[in-house]
Amino acid sequence: MLGITPIPDILDKRLVFVTGKGGVGKTTVAVALGLRAAAEGKRTIVCEVASQENASRVFAHREVGFHEVEMEENLWAISIDPDESMREYVLLQLKVRAMRDMLFRSRIFSYLAAATPGLKELVTIGKIWELAQLDRKVKKGRKYDLVIVDAPATGHGVGFLQTPRTFANIARVGPIHGQAQALDRLITDQAHTGTAIVALPEEMPVNESAALEHDLRTEVGVAVDRVYLNGLYPERFSKEEAERLAELAGGENGALRAAARAAASEHDRARSQRAQLARLRRRVEAPVKTLPFLFEPALDVEAARKLAGRLH
Amino acid sequence: MPAVDEILAGKDICICAGSGGVGKTTTSAAIAAGMAARGKRVCVLTIDPAKRLADSLGLRELGNEARKVDPALFERHGVEMKGELWAMMLDAKATFDELVARQAPDEESRDRVLNNRIYQQISSALAGSQEYMAMEKLFELHTEGRFDLLVLDTPPTRNALDFLDAPKRLTQFIEGRSLRVFMKPTGLAAKVAGRGASVALSVFKRIVGFDLIADLAEFFNAFSGMVDGFQARAKRVNSLLADPHTCFLVVCGPQGEPIDEAVYFHRKLVEAKLPFGGVIVNKVHYPAERLRGDGDSADLEAALASRLGDEDLARRVRENFADYQALAERDARNIEHLAAELRTRGVIRVPYLDEDVHDLGGLAEIDRYLFASSEERIEIAAGRA
Repeated sequence: MLGITPIPDILDKRLVFVTGKGGVGKTTVAVALGLRAAAEGKRTIVCEVASQENASRVFAHREVGFHEVEMEENLWAISIDPDESMREYVLLQLKVRAMRDMLFRSRIFSYLAAATPGLKELVTIGKIWELAQLDRKVKKGRKYDLVIVDAPATGHGVGFLQTPRTFANIARVGPIHGQAQALDRLITDQAHTGTAIVALPEEMPVNESAALEHDLRTEVGVAVDRVYLNGLYPERFSKEEAERLAELAGGENGALRAAARAAASEHDRARSQRAQLARLRRRVEAPVKTLPFLFEPALDVEAARKLAGRLH
Repeated sequence: MPAVDEILAGKDICICAGSGGVGKTTTSAAIAAGMAARGKRVCVLTIDPAKRLADSLGLRELGNEARKVDPALFERHGVEMKGELWAMMLDAKATFDELVARQAPDEESRDRVLNNRIYQQISSALAGSQEYMAMEKLFELHTEGRFDLLVLDTPPTRNALDFLDAPKRLTQFIEGRSLRVFMKPTGLAAKVAGRGASVALSVFKRIVGFDLIADLAEFFNAFSGMVDGFQARAKRVNSLLADPHTCFLVVCGPQGEPIDEAVYFHRKLVEAKLPFGGVIVNKVHYPAERLRGDGDSADLEAALASRLGDEDLARRVRENFADYQALAERDARNIEHLAAELRTRGVIRVPYLDEDVHDLGGLAEIDRYLFASSEERIEIAAGRA
């Protein structure tokens, strides 16, 4: 159990996008936030986009696909497939069965759907919106208190969140124009929708996180609630100790030398990471929270649970 | 374990591929810098929208044109630059515009395409267009023949297939063969194709709006005169990728997931009959950290305590060492698995350096590993060199 004080604001939102560049641990943080919210009694769902299955892998669960599958008490996961979202969208739009059947059989329709730029992203966000509704459109849809999205990596993430606005501009009229506008209002509704940026304590990831925050705030207009600095090494040794250990490493062989050298490396890495943490704090507006580096062979659900306990 | 310069001997294109967050951009820059230092005229192309390469090379802005990196910058880091290093940040949209201008039969068709809203979307946003334009630029630079070696840093696709399939997907889209006939104003083809198609079209119109359909129709009509040219060019780009003078290097990290991705990517390269050169694993924990002592960890702690005269410090050093050993063992296991899956000796390990790499000094440090003989690499990693 995670009997810790609740995290204000971010988990009180209805929809949270977890963003950041590739390889920073977005999925692990998304799952950790999900575990934390679930432990606080919130009915939570973690969404993967573009048919990814990273979250189900963390739970060592078989692929969930386009289904809301329970992982733990109060915690569900779904992998949003754009084609399935499109299908569901059309089903909700067209009430006449014969028309729907004809549409799904038609190659022209699937071609048009694939060819229209941004439509896949749009229906994906549409599905996220649907999941976040208290009055679900899908029959017997479960009500969630919180929807957490493991968003695409940096370069694509901003574009992803901008899709509704872009689309509203392309399709100037028609039902999809209005719906795209509604999705954009959801994303920019700062009271209910937020983002968390995941960063690493290295020079370029820090630069990119600052740029990402800027783009999210100014170009997308979405709230940035947290920046999580992931993978922070513990400070195990003082400067004086590190110096002594480096000296020891110079005069020894075998395991003693290796152990002393590992300690000196740890000190150097931890110190350079603290410098990056300070830079990050200077360069972003959102509160920066740190997450420890986990000396674990694999990032499984227990690793995510450890992080969940450390979220603040 | 050959070094990068051996792998790249006789090659004029090096494509660095791999999943996001594994240090592909840094590796590409380090390979380019290392080959340039050894006397080649090298250009490195990056497509990453995060402008990482510009940071690495100390360039404020990289345009859609190759710029020479000041050799004095390298000398400041003790690197003698025998050749030349050029760098360029790909602007996918500008490259696409140039391509359209080149393929268009006349100015009017060119402008019709460039001004079309669908074109404006796909040229910057359609999945695959960045990848395709990267290859297009590579092809263009290769044809010009200004450089001895081109190093391409590929975009961070979530899936290796996205990258390899990009040219095909994009040309198929532009062809729009099945679609174009239905969009003709006469609608004659729709009659031939039957009611299903026209209903599908009308329903689609209802959903996305008439404007969008009109734009799509306009787009395909505008592009119709250029389809053959695009196809021919895509074919030439593809044969360049498969050329024996091209070399794919797979870049990955030592954790389980990036290793699995690298195995997958390698398999796709082999299936597509593309020339695989080797794999580079970044941020590997030092082999020296795997060293087991003569006795157990209690002996190590006792030995440390007697040398340091500080039991608490000795305990912390021993605990830290155990954590590092676990990581080093994990890395070694994963890399062994990788080498077995790839049936290759060409696995180059770059250790997890104490300092974060983000400048030319860092690139030079990485080059010590990329360009070292296998004996040198072991010596360096063991902390003896």
